[in-house]
Amino acid sequence: MRFDHRHLLGIEPLRPDEIETLLDLADRYVTLGRQRDKHAHALAGLTQINMFFETSTRTQASFELAGKRMGADVMSMAMQASSIKKGETLIDTAMTLNAMHPDLLVVRHPNSGAVDLLSQKVNCAVINAGDGRHEHPTQALLDALTIRRRKGRLHRLTVAICGDIAHSRVARSNILLLHKMENRVRLVAPPTLLPAGIEEFGVEVTHDMEEGLKDADVVMMLRLQKERMDGGFIPSEREYYHRYGLDAEKLRHAKEDAIVMHPGPMNRGVEIDGTLADDINRSVIQEQVEMGVAVRMAAMDLLARNLRARPTELSA
Amino acid sequence: MTTIPTSTRPTLITNARLVDPEAGEVREGALLIEGGRIAEVFDAPDPEVSEDRAGHRIDARGRFLAPGIVDIGVKVCEPGERHKESYKTAGEAAAAGGVTTMVTRPDTDPAIDTPETLEFIRRRAVEAAPVRVLPIAALTKGRMGREMTEIGFLMDAGAVAFSDCDRVIADTKVLARAMTYAAGLGALIVSHPQEPLLSAGGAATSGKFATLRGLSTVSPMAERLGLDRDIALVEMTGARLHADQITTARALPPLQRAKANGFDVTAGTSMHHLTLNEMDLADYRTFFKVKPPLRSEDDRQAVIEAVRTGLIDVISSMHTPQDEESKRLPFEEAASGAVGLETMLPVLLRLYHSGELDLPTLFRALSLNPARRLGLDCGRIAKGAPADLVLFDADKPFILDRFKLRSKSKNTPFDGARLQGKVLTTWVAGAPVHEAS
Repeated sequence: MRFDHRHLLGIEPLRPDEIETLLDLADRYVTLGRQRDKHAHALAGLTQINMFFETSTRTQASFELAGKRMGADVMSMAMQASSIKKGETLIDTAMTLNAMHPDLLVVRHPNSGAVDLLSQKVNCAVINAGDGRHEHPTQALLDALTIRRRKGRLHRLTVAICGDIAHSRVARSNILLLHKMENRVRLVAPPTLLPAGIEEFGVEVTHDMEEGLKDADVVMMLRLQKERMDGGFIPSEREYYHRYGLDAEKLRHAKEDAIVMHPGPMNRGVEIDGTLADDINRSVIQEQVEMGVAVRMAAMDLLARNLRARPTELSA
Repeated sequence: MTTIPTSTRPTLITNARLVDPEAGEVREGALLIEGGRIAEVFDAPDPEVSEDRAGHRIDARGRFLAPGIVDIGVKVCEPGERHKESYKTAGEAAAAGGVTTMVTRPDTDPAIDTPETLEFIRRRAVEAAPVRVLPIAALTKGRMGREMTEIGFLMDAGAVAFSDCDRVIADTKVLARAMTYAAGLGALIVSHPQEPLLSAGGAATSGKFATLRGLSTVSPMAERLGLDRDIALVEMTGARLHADQITTARALPPLQRAKANGFDVTAGTSMHHLTLNEMDLADYRTFFKVKPPLRSEDDRQAVIEAVRTGLIDVISSMHTPQDEESKRLPFEEAASGAVGLETMLPVLLRLYHSGELDLPTLFRALSLNPARRLGLDCGRIAKGAPADLVLFDADKPFILDRFKLRSKSKNTPFDGARLQGKVLTTWVAGAPVHEAS
């Protein structure tokens, strides 16, 4: 079992066998999570700090719970509320926290590349919990785990990713992961929500839901990120829902047993029909949340093993 | 405008390889400096010159002797941000880089938009910089894009061109009027060809690579749109225009057409766009963040070819000092720009060593063309021309250490790069202003 990384900054540097390793371990944490006693001890004695420079409910809660179940001392900091307001730079904040000797730093930041930058300045393991439009690796891993458990495999599937690809780090990480695992990836979006050069990522691109969903095994919906919109990407929410919102009618074009995914939080009636989202036969949205905790436990476990394998850095 | 003390001591440089951009050739020869000017150019490498005319002799030992670089678009951070760069440090960096004339930008804080600020710059330059300094003044007050500056007074005070630099004048009517007025005075406008709204907020060139990195992007078409507008305004107003940086293949055909139509239009490009591409942004290293952003390899190749054919006239360093703090930020939030005065020649010699550009072509774009565009008589290896010269060893290898740069700011993308080429001596008006140890 190999996972040769000091940090988890993105899907891009991971090899397929490393992804499988992580998912195998996550499967075990899913089992653990369904027991009454949910404790593991992989992070016992370690300190985990969550730094979220962007608001998050589910990701932050998921990391916090994952850390606590593994026995880490977990501290969550809402960064908008603290020193950033006082003009402290990202690097200064990182250096300050670094001086407290954390072992794991979980970071979300609105700028692409900011987590990479931070990882160069600290001694601990850094996990990217989402940076700008760049990557959100644990989301792609939890999606992969959900797919693998539902479909029994993580290769040779047709996966349609629909919606605001342009502003989505979730889409980028998922495209990279699904492509690495040799799946057929289709992107479905209006042209204004597709980033330049995306067709060179080994994906099929279409502007039509029917065409995009045809015979898909997995339909992955993305949140229409209203807060990211500079304005004017789509004419109106209702036209968007009409053309790109997922409902039972559009889903008929996918395979009969196709599953519906969404990273949350959902805009019901914008990108997905509320009834469909709640349909336990098709929607795996709640399961994704459960997989999230397990995947994050697995990721932190693997990074902690690498940490423990290194000699302690003693300060003079 | 800088008063450079001319050397009174005649100097004979023998055994040189003369880089002559006018003739488009490199030839062996010698050169006599007298009274701040080139008094004689000899075909013989070691000519007979009497002791009283050439008491001081320098044996170039086969090294290259070229006209000093005229760098259009240098930012010295006076007034306002002297901690980033002063006339003294920029001047020393220039001398060490073979730049004998710095044509300075007005995008300081406050902007250089009045004859009084220009006068301040003139005094600072004279007392502190060892090389010639010629200022560009702002085209609109405060570079706000609303009212034109006192173009006439500023020309009287020594402004050689007018520009709002990277703050593109979005209001085309304002720009049209300023260009019309400037045309009446024969003033040169330096434009930054970008469609300002389309390029707003872009940190990288749109395409596969920027998408992978999740960076906010600008379409390369914004440059073409900006250039199209500026050329149309030249046609409308009769103004003289120099586009500061052409960095994309798509902007080249309109430039070609404008020149073919006889418009008074020239174009430059930057050392960075000639030697780096968007892939260099891979690690989000902010020292590679320049404006406009680095382009695709196809664009880089097209721009090199345009310099070779002469479609692009000028190469500049676009020297832009930034302190450590403004670069130690996430990529999209970090300041743009890189220092280049001292590194430009060795960096561009990469193109010489790779066989992409020969030395006469390089110095046509570095020295001859920018001098001609500004009406200067330097930039040439010719009898009577100012003795602004650079003697360099094109082969000497070294690894660049940014902390050894003379600029106050050390923001070069070439830190740790393997380069070849060392400036041995730089002369301004016949006086040595830099001698390699």
